[in-house]
Amino acid sequence: MSHKLKLSCCTAALVELRSFLQLSLKAYGFSEVDRHQLILAVEEVCANLIIHSHACNPKELIYLEVKELKKKLTIEITDKGDAFNLLEYEVPDLKKVIEEKRKGGIGILLVKKIMDEIEFESKNGKNTCRLIKKFPSAFEP
Amino acid sequence: MLQLERIKEGNKDILRLIGEVDASNSVLLDQSMQEILQQGATFLLIDGSQLGYISSAGLGVFMSYLDDFSEQGIGFAIFGLNEQVSEVFKILGLDRLIQIVPDKSTAITLGNEP
Repeated sequence: MSHKLKLSCCTAALVELRSFLQLSLKAYGFSEVDRHQLILAVEEVCANLIIHSHACNPKELIYLEVKELKKKLTIEITDKGDAFNLLEYEVPDLKKVIEEKRKGGIGILLVKKIMDEIEFESKNGKNTCRLIKKFPSAFEP
Repeated sequence: MLQLERIKEGNKDILRLIGEVDASNSVLLDQSMQEILQQGATFLLIDGSQLGYISSAGLGVFMSYLDDFSEQGIGFAIFGLNEQVSEVFKILGLDRLIQIVPDKSTAITLGNEP
């Protein structure tokens, strides 16, 4: 079973992303707190893509798929265009963010703290980011 | 959707966040905080009791003021966060940089000790 969503590249679409994830993550036995954090992590990646890779152009699209892969929850985020490899992104120091009064930069830090694994690949102009989380121990996929 | 309400109680300015803060509306939070500070607030409380969600865009707004608050001696605290939202602050360790208290009655007494 998998859930798919096509997301328009505008920040107003983030609310739609959250309700999609709220529904599609229900089946896997995660606690409410865990689901909330998973939604946050996915949104941070998508918001980054929308704002930085697609300059908030609502005609461009991001593709999402929520599925079970190798007995883990996998959220696959695909887009075309300038690749943003969050594995190579150097996470900023919190103190520095505060000193510099920067309003961004901590989103990817959240993603890295919340997810168990992150995969990224870029091929023929198509970028795929996989956010992976182990199922709760009581859950049998 | 985000709605912002301002309330003044004694020496404290309270900004109530109703709904969700994300990259589409964090600028509204920023504007409200700026307005309140420009009007000479000495203690700002964020009422998070009706806040259902906050992403890094909103957390970043709070963080961008922390230095100003400490330089200018302005009090700042957040109260009423639900469990899910409160956990998000903890992931980043923001609960060690921002005073987070459980409820309004606690928040309102902050800084009032003789």
